Amino acid sequence: MSAEGRHLIDPRVTEKFAFGLLWLVMFIIAIPVVGIIGYMLYRGAGALNWELIVAAQGGLYPAIIGTTYLVLLTTAVAAPIGVGAAIYLSEYARPGPLLRLIRLAIINLAGVPSVVYGLFGLAAFVILFGWNRCLAAGACTLALLVLPLVISASEEALRQIPKGLREGSLALGASKWQTIRRVVLPNAMPGIITGLILSIARAAGETAPILFTAAFYSLSDPFPNSVFDPVVAMPYQLFVMSTEMPDVADANKWATAFVLVALVLGLNVIASIVRTKLRRRRW
Amino acid sequence: MVKRRATRVGEWIIERLIQLSGMLGIILVVLIFLFLLQNSLPIFKERTLGELVFGQRWSPTHGDGQFGMLPLLLGSLYVTVGALVIAVPLALAASVFVAEIAPRRMREFLKPAIELLAAIPSVVFGFLGLLVVGPWIDAHVEIIKVGQFAALGSVMLAFMALPTIVSICEDAFHNVPREIFNSSLALGATRWQTITRALMPAARSGIIAAILLGLGRAIGETMTVLMVTGNAQVIPKGLLGFLKPIRTMTATIAAEMGEAAYGSTHFHTLFTIGLFLFIITFAINTIADVIVRRGEKDIA
Repeated sequence: MSAEGRHLIDPRVTEKFAFGLLWLVMFIIAIPVVGIIGYMLYRGAGALNWELIVAAQGGLYPAIIGTTYLVLLTTAVAAPIGVGAAIYLSEYARPGPLLRLIRLAIINLAGVPSVVYGLFGLAAFVILFGWNRCLAAGACTLALLVLPLVISASEEALRQIPKGLREGSLALGASKWQTIRRVVLPNAMPGIITGLILSIARAAGETAPILFTAAFYSLSDPFPNSVFDPVVAMPYQLFVMSTEMPDVADANKWATAFVLVALVLGLNVIASIVRTKLRRRRW
Repeated sequence: MVKRRATRVGEWIIERLIQLSGMLGIILVVLIFLFLLQNSLPIFKERTLGELVFGQRWSPTHGDGQFGMLPLLLGSLYVTVGALVIAVPLALAASVFVAEIAPRRMREFLKPAIELLAAIPSVVFGFLGLLVVGPWIDAHVEIIKVGQFAALGSVMLAFMALPTIVSICEDAFHNVPREIFNSSLALGATRWQTITRALMPAARSGIIAAILLGLGRAIGETMTVLMVTGNAQVIPKGLLGFLKPIRTMTATIAAEMGEAAYGSTHFHTLFTIGLFLFIITFAINTIADVIVRRGEKDIA
C-alpha cells in the first residue's frame, strides 16, 4: 500500500493548509501589535514638543531626571554584585549540588513577580532600614529585580572567553585573580555591557517595584536633593496620569508613553547592535 | 616581598567577596521569603487560613475590614487562564513558524521584533488598554458595555507572555538534533508531518517549560491587569465572568498597599497575598526547571 493510501487527504495538501494557517496566525499576531505600537508612536510623536519636555511643572523633565537617577543608582548597585556572581559561576564554581542550587535560586529570582519585589523593598529598605520612600530604596529594589539578568548575561560573556587565553596568562605566572581582572574581564566587557544596557532598559520601565518604595508625583518639588528623597519616575508618571488625573491633557500622557517606549526600545536596539557586532568576532 | 603579601591578602578578600556574591542568589530567595513571611504572620493571630482563602468578600475599609481573598484568587485565575488559552496556540504557531517555515530574511527580522515586544513596559500596555482598546470596545461592542474587564486583561497578558513562550519554544526546537528532522524527511514524511510528529514530541519538555514560564509571567503581571481589568473585587461567575470587571491578587497589592497603615490587618493581609504569589511562582519556576533538565537528559 502506498504511503498516500493510508491518509484520507494527501499529506501534501494538509501541509499546504497547515502552513497557510501558520502564516495567517502570524498576521493575527502582527496586526494588533504593529497597529497599536504604530498608533502609539504616531500619537506620541504628534503630542511631543519641546515645551512639554523641558517644562519643570507637569512636563516630562522631572520624570526623565528621576528615571535617570533611578537607573544609574540601580546599575551602580546591581553591576558589581551581578558581575561578581557571574565571575563566581564561570570561574570558581565546581559542578555539584551547590551550583545546582544557586542556578535554581537565580531562575526563581527571575520569576518573582515585580510587585513582590516591591513588597520586599517596602519591608526591607523602607521600613526595616528606615529609609522611607526614596531613591535609594527604589534603586536597591530594582537592583534585585535586574540581578538575574545581569548575572546570566555576564556569565555568558565570561564563558565565551576561550580557555587558552586563561591558561596563557596563568602560565606566565599571573594569579587566578590577576588573570580574571587583566585578561578575562576586559575581553568579556562588551558582553557584560550589553547585559547592563538591557537591565537599564528593564529598570527604566518597571512600575510595580517602585510603587511603594520610591515613586511619587509632585508638581511643586519634583526633584530629589539626596538619595533619601522620593523621585518622579517616567513609568509611574504615566500610571498616575492615566489612572488618577483625568484633567491632564491626553497629549501629556501620550508624550510620556512615547518617551518611555522610545527610551526602552532604543536601549534594546543599542544592546542588540553591540551583541551582533560581538558575534562577528572570532577567537 | 611586602608588596606581594599585600596583593595576596587583597586577592583573598576579593575572592571571598566573589564567592559571597555567588551565594547571593540563594540568600536573596531566602530573604524575600522570610520578609514576606514575617510581615504576613501577624494576620494569622486574627484570622484562619480558611477564612482568608475562602472568604467571599474583600472590603478592607468596611468596619473591621473584610479580607476574603476568594474574589482576588478567582480574578487572577480567570485572567491567567484566559491569557494562556489565547497565548499558547498563538505562541506554538509562531515558534514553529519562526523556527521552520519563515524565510531566512524574515526570521532575522522576526526574532528581534519578538524580543522588542517583550521589552515594552507593562504600564504602557495598561495605558494603551485604558486609553485606546477599552474605550473602543466600550463604544463598539454591544454585549460588553464596559471598557475594563477580565478578558481584556487576558488578551493583553497573552501578548505580553507571547515572547517568553515563543523564544523558549524556539530554543527547544533548535536543541532537537537535526538528524531527527532529516531522517523523518528521508522516510518520505512531509515537513508538516515531521514538525508535528517528530520535532514537537522531541521538544516536548521545552514546550511545557515554556508554557509554565509564560504562566508564571502572567500570574505575576501587575500594572497591565491593574489598569485594564476594572478593579472590582467581585467573584467572577461562569464564562460571562470574562466580560465583567474583576481584580487580581497582584493588582490588589499595587492598588492598596499605598493606603494600608503599617502594621494594620490590611497591611499584613496584602503581604500574605504577596507570600502566596511568591510560593505559586516559585513552584511553577522550579517545576519548569526540573522538566527542562529532564528533557536535556533525554536528548543527551
